[in-house]
Amino acid sequence: MIGIVGYGGYIPRFRIKVEEIAAVWGSNANSIKKGLDVEEKSVPSIDEDTATISVEAALNALKMAGIDPKEIGAIYIGSESHPYAVKPTSTIVGEAIGCSTEYTSADTEFACKAGTAGIQMVMGLIQGDYIKFGLAIGADTAQSKPGDALEYTAAAGGAAFIIGKNGIIAEIEGTYSCSSDTPDFWRRDTIEYPSHGGRFTGIPAYFKHTVSATQGMMNKLGFKPNDFDFVVFHMPNGKFPKRAAKMLGFDFKKLEPGFVVQKIGNTYSGSSLLGLAAILDIAKPGQRILITSYGSGAGSDSFSIKVTDLIEEKRKNANKVQDYIDNREYVTYAHYTRLRRGI
Amino acid sequence: MKVAVIGIGTTEFGENWDKNLRQLAIEAGTKAIIDAGIRGRDLDAIYLGNMSAGRFVGQEHVAALVSGELGLSIPALRIEGACASGGLALRQGIFSILSGQHDIVLVGGAEKMTDLMTDGVTSSLMGAADQEWEAYYGVTFPSLYAMIARRHMFEFGTTREQMAKVAVKNHHNGFLNPIAQFKKEITIEDVLKSPMVADPLTLFDCSPITDGAATLILCKEEWAKKYTDDPIYIIGSGQASDTLALHDRKSLTTLDATVKAAKEAYKQSGITTKGVDVVEVHDCFTIAEIVATEDLGFCKKGEGGKLLDEGLTEIGGKIPVNTSGGLKAVGHPVGASGIKQAVEIVLQLRGKADKRQVKDAEIGLTHNVGGSGGTAVVHIFSR
Repeated sequence: MIGIVGYGGYIPRFRIKVEEIAAVWGSNANSIKKGLDVEEKSVPSIDEDTATISVEAALNALKMAGIDPKEIGAIYIGSESHPYAVKPTSTIVGEAIGCSTEYTSADTEFACKAGTAGIQMVMGLIQGDYIKFGLAIGADTAQSKPGDALEYTAAAGGAAFIIGKNGIIAEIEGTYSCSSDTPDFWRRDTIEYPSHGGRFTGIPAYFKHTVSATQGMMNKLGFKPNDFDFVVFHMPNGKFPKRAAKMLGFDFKKLEPGFVVQKIGNTYSGSSLLGLAAILDIAKPGQRILITSYGSGAGSDSFSIKVTDLIEEKRKNANKVQDYIDNREYVTYAHYTRLRRGI
Repeated sequence: MKVAVIGIGTTEFGENWDKNLRQLAIEAGTKAIIDAGIRGRDLDAIYLGNMSAGRFVGQEHVAALVSGELGLSIPALRIEGACASGGLALRQGIFSILSGQHDIVLVGGAEKMTDLMTDGVTSSLMGAADQEWEAYYGVTFPSLYAMIARRHMFEFGTTREQMAKVAVKNHHNGFLNPIAQFKKEITIEDVLKSPMVADPLTLFDCSPITDGAATLILCKEEWAKKYTDDPIYIIGSGQASDTLALHDRKSLTTLDATVKAAKEAYKQSGITTKGVDVVEVHDCFTIAEIVATEDLGFCKKGEGGKLLDEGLTEIGGKIPVNTSGGLKAVGHPVGASGIKQAVEIVLQLRGKADKRQVKDAEIGLTHNVGGSGGTAVVHIFSR
């Protein structure tokens, strides 16, 4: 039985409100808030990046897992904001959290779904008995062009998952993916900010892959929407996951516990995984969780996860996602610009 | 003059991300050929209205592209007159039959706009304005029409609510039209509260960016009954031009090209405004419909807003305008709009407009504009 041995999230403290950004661009904050269903977003501090966020999340996961970091045989970090174009984030993190040198690692990129792809890669290594435990992380300090619609949501945060066969707090019952060449959002090498296809990011991109992967996973495992107690989808804004849930026949109540986007924005590779972590923070043994990520370009990974009895004991002393959401300090646009190294 | 329309076809209008220009044009063309009950080989020529495929999708030479896709080797010609390209293609198709050169022709309009981002579309569309005297100074079509709107408000007391009523009416009609991009009813409040685009025009005052194609099959009058029991005849065609730049005209609130094109079409057909039962006008912005109803003579100059207050341009009103939903709700694939207007009028005159049907419609009119009025083309149709 493969599953999650420990997990942990991390969200930077700083927040900027939609009103603060809208005022700078002369835009109507209320219509943006209504359109995106987002109120504020997290902002990384000047010394935070994907590596530091990954380290924080991984330390939380290790604390919960209660394993020796030297037992970790693989590290995959999914992000679209790796600090280096060449030189891995994953070895920085491995070193910082006290891993041995006996592990395989790579940085992955698939827009916002490289973290869940990392989980699948680790699952394969575990299934093949190549390693005992593996660490998969999704983390980002998302870029957005000043004045672009993305600026209201592009946020920072991440979540780490230690996968293994022993001491699992939740079983991964199965996974299913859907991928296609769909250019809805991209950033070319050496270009500072990503571009996107406006509404093209919706139906032919996000919804097509999210819905197909979710339905494919349910068909493969023989589940129906009623079999799940919680669902989480990638949260590029508040509207898309709500609509995806509706299209697939899930009540908002099942989405709500992992619906972290309104207060922290879109944490890209961290988004669906932070939602999953928030759900695991409150889920009871026996409950079943559906998670479907989405990465532009485009693809979705869908998982069915069933919580085990061990969860209550192991999460006792862990930092909760909600703690990070609540621990916040608002910044002005000027301060935000400085933190983003704009001035 | 009299030329018959024996077949019509359209694609759905909207963000057709899964269809390219070729597929859109062929879909509408094939539907029209089937509707006419002819074979492709019966066609003598193709006239295709297309404004800017070169900029929108990097494809020129689009008429031959369509001809080739249909497996034909007949003369195929692209007609360009900005957003009036469709109406102009129709006019050239009519002339080709009246000249005796052709017996049956396909006239189409097609545009694929959503491959570009909005700013790319906006700057491509600005090709329809005066580059040196308008575009270089930063105006775009919303701001040109905003100036027309402001002046209309100043001269005649036209209100924002009256403009909003154009959008509300056309969305209502679009709601009833299966091909419309927006099949959603809206309120005056929705229009007034939508994001500002160019004061006084808000988002819902503006027609959208759209992919779509529409086609007519024209046939010489004597042959029409061979193919259909229900031919619709084109009995008047007028076209006129004006300066591209808005500021070069003597009035901001009258499109002289519309007035002149209409005068010619009325004269040819022997029809007056009183005889017209249903109208499709070029409502690229809500103010454009108000100005058009005046310039076409359906009310006195300055009273276009009143037509809306009195509900006269609604389906069931005295002179229903844009029963299709107009450019506003059906969408505005620039080169295709002029043909789509004709398709709607043919449906109305055939009595096949379903819930949008204007009772006993005998005579219909289409009005298609290029740019801010540099080109206007008017056609009159009869049962």
